[in-house]
Amino acid sequence: MQDTTEALDEVVVLFAGDSGDGMQLTGNQFTNTTALFGNDVSTFPNFPAEIRAPQGTVGGVSGFQVKFGSHRLFTPGDEADVLVAMNAAALKANFDKLKKGGVLIANTDGFDSKNLKLANCADVNPLQAERMNEYNVQAFNFTQLTLDTLADTVIPRKEAARSKNMFVLGLLYWMFNRSMEPTERFIETKFRKSPELIESNLKVLRAGYHFGETNEAFAHRIDVKPAELEPGVYRNIMGNQATALGLIAAAKKSGLELFYGSYPITPASDILHELAKHRNFGVKTFQAEDEIAAVASSIGASFAGSLGVTASSGPGIALKQEAIGLAVMLEIPLVVVNVQRGGPSTGLPTKTEQADLMQALYGRNGEAQMPVVAANSPQEAFDAVYEATRIALEFMTPVMFLSDGYIANGAEPWKFPKAADLPELKTQKISEVPSEGFLPYKRNADLVRSWAVPGTKGLEHRLGGLEKDELTGNVSYDPDNHEKMVKIRAEKVANIANHIPEQTIDQGPESGEVLILGWGSTYGAIKTAVAQLNQEGFEVAHAHLRYLNPFPKNLGDLLEKYNQVIIPEMNDGQLINIIQAKYSKVCVPLDKIKGIPFTANEIKEKVKSIYPES
Amino acid sequence: MSETIKVPKLKAKDFESDQEVRWCPGCGDHAILKQVQAAVAEIGVAPENVVFISGIGCSSRFPYYMNTYGMHSIHGRATAIASGLKAARKDLSVWIVTGDGDSLSIGGNHLIHLLRRNFNVNVLLFNNEIYGLTKGQYSPTSPLGLNTKSSPMGVIDHPFNPTALALGADATFVSRVIDRDPRHLKKTLIEANEHQGTSFVEIYQNCPVFNDGVFSNYTERGLKEEHTLYMEAGKPLVYAKETKGIRLNGLKPEIVDLTTGEFSADDCLVHDPTDRTLAGILSRFFDKLEDGGLPRPFGVFYQEDRFRYEEALQLQIDEAMASKGEGDLDALLAGNNNWVIQ
Ligand code: SF4
Repeated sequence: MQDTTEALDEVVVLFAGDSGDGMQLTGNQFTNTTALFGNDVSTFPNFPAEIRAPQGTVGGVSGFQVKFGSHRLFTPGDEADVLVAMNAAALKANFDKLKKGGVLIANTDGFDSKNLKLANCADVNPLQAERMNEYNVQAFNFTQLTLDTLADTVIPRKEAARSKNMFVLGLLYWMFNRSMEPTERFIETKFRKSPELIESNLKVLRAGYHFGETNEAFAHRIDVKPAELEPGVYRNIMGNQATALGLIAAAKKSGLELFYGSYPITPASDILHELAKHRNFGVKTFQAEDEIAAVASSIGASFAGSLGVTASSGPGIALKQEAIGLAVMLEIPLVVVNVQRGGPSTGLPTKTEQADLMQALYGRNGEAQMPVVAANSPQEAFDAVYEATRIALEFMTPVMFLSDGYIANGAEPWKFPKAADLPELKTQKISEVPSEGFLPYKRNADLVRSWAVPGTKGLEHRLGGLEKDELTGNVSYDPDNHEKMVKIRAEKVANIANHIPEQTIDQGPESGEVLILGWGSTYGAIKTAVAQLNQEGFEVAHAHLRYLNPFPKNLGDLLEKYNQVIIPEMNDGQLINIIQAKYSKVCVPLDKIKGIPFTANEIKEKVKSIYPES
Repeated sequence: MSETIKVPKLKAKDFESDQEVRWCPGCGDHAILKQVQAAVAEIGVAPENVVFISGIGCSSRFPYYMNTYGMHSIHGRATAIASGLKAARKDLSVWIVTGDGDSLSIGGNHLIHLLRRNFNVNVLLFNNEIYGLTKGQYSPTSPLGLNTKSSPMGVIDHPFNPTALALGADATFVSRVIDRDPRHLKKTLIEANEHQGTSFVEIYQNCPVFNDGVFSNYTERGLKEEHTLYMEAGKPLVYAKETKGIRLNGLKPEIVDLTTGEFSADDCLVHDPTDRTLAGILSRFFDKLEDGGLPRPFGVFYQEDRFRYEEALQLQIDEAMASKGEGDLDALLAGNNNWVIQ
């Protein structure tokens, strides 16, 4: 049989199935393999909030989108070239994401009358619909093929059927000419306690691969060459994992013990899971009784001289805010990680959003300024949280680190740093009474006080949430002192602008018609859009904010260099309000509040809609 | 709790801070502060190794008056802050000062979790059965029917029984003392400090401004003899100058008269703080004598040796280091699956 091979620059595959179909695992395996092959990758897992959402229904569909290519990628793609649909509901939920003429790989077993009914398909099998003529439909009964593969093994039927995802994975490996070896190794580790399961899963994976080889329908293969990334050693990493590693690295480089107080919450829990694995780094994870105890215990640990960190998502952060205010008052280091999700209230736990910026900046009682740092991609979360920790330690302040569901669960290749190359982190710890005597709230030129840790003789002192006297830290109700202290605390945070890099232009002209000002996980979509727009001849630049409080010193001037500024946000317009108020520059909002990230196309269209006619 | 290195003899005065004590004149807090300073001096721990953490309320002003490390934190969270502090630094002598509102109402959740985890810290719960700082609302320990600003027709919330609550949360050291018995107070504080684990000390504290005299049954001559029962390990439960005692009739405790010759101290229950069942029964001596109740017990109800959270945490770290070796940051950053781009 003769197969043809088509060479492509980039491909998007979307795996979709029931929550029980193992689509996350399949997607992750495919991603790892293709990353190891040398492609750049970007992923977007999308799953239901319920652990066991009703089987077969649209609400229970779990999706995993991966884009891989032979050049740098910044988003998981706007449309899928290949859609894997394990049942009718999966197709229904994702069909509009499939490119015209794209490949649809469907498991016909998931399109029986029962599944059609569960997916509300009114008994019309969508696979047979007329519009399918415009697509390359490859429909097979993968369940049956899997059962046949395992017919002469001891594996019970029900168990056997569960490995159909491995069949599909094998098939895709054939389609894209990828080695099965990384997944084979994964199977061997995952099932090391059960040799039968190793054998059966390997068998099904290989059967899928051979099915592609022998079945004429799959004569069409796609070749995506390795990407020309910056030379170096790479690994694949997810945002929550990068956050956890960044914290461990920061603790190690500052010579502090990491204490992580946390209460499980979607989508932040994976940071806790990752950190709990690393007790041999001296990491102390503490699963507290609630969000308040999580932050409070971290404050206790910071007071004791550790690097105190707490994390949550929006609703949990709301519960922590009073205690964060205490940390503002105590002026001790604390890193607060907020992996944002759709809100308000319980909102959309598994969906992404950027609606906690106002909460981060203004969510506490009283005048309670704190620095805010945001990550822009899964791998960049490592550097960003490292930087957040630097600020906390250097300036004796709680820092809010903003991530979101998209960053948390997304994955991409990471050219990881060498430990020795990471910047050193200094703390304000003092180990003896200063020659001029010890005053707990005496400040250095940057208005930062010293960190006197229990156990140090002569530095005994009492702190508290009550307003304190300027130098001694004793309780003070003096009106002038209060006003002074409020201003000092604010100035201390504002001064951090002297110790962060100036805002740069990521891409595009240094001045001109349009600037897109982004923050957080919109980075990839904006970057992709701007690259294309520049190619099409539009004068568009992209600046992306890591520091949301304080802003880089040159931000106001930079905004003035463009005629129009677009601010895309996955909220109802938060950064735009702050920018407009602070710099008196009228900007153009671009809001998306659907729990899903921007596509590059949406950004492009916005630019074109405001671009002056020539 | 106690495990820190002993230092040259210190006096109570060495633990006094330079801050003027601001509680109302006659407040029970003054007497407690004095005994705590004396007890900490007697324990012999260096001031720099001591940390007092409090929440919010009259009693929570406490850390300002101790010449140690201290934090006057936010309402209800002292227990949670102290948990992180102790987990981070098990070498420190950690004392939590809290009140009935602070730790049984707004901070109730943290208190029970602290107790079950058994951090090696001391909890001093100043119970005055009222909200003093906010000027006189009822608290979760106020008796039914009490008229306060927020309960003009009387309290209808069933009150907490703090020692029974602590036992229910599997506390490993449960005791009750009263501000007006300084010697017993200091002795119990020292015992609490010696206990390895969370030591729960409920301190009856009179608030002369908003709830004066609620504990007078246990402090006033002519009343306290009949109303108080001091528990001592290994000794029979007798009181009222040994004219009365407590015996078990089946599972039901009852008062026996030791003056008629019918019963003697030998017939009385012998206190055993390691007996959880007995502790449970004694903690339930909570109804007023006038309502057919039993005398109010003071002293240590219960004590048990159980592993401490911070030690278990350290053990896990030691174990992980022993089996995996001390964390290698480069290996961690690299992970298990790498590829090279030339
Ligand atoms: S209000 Fe009551 S408890 Fe508070 S300081 Fe005054 S007397 Fe003491």
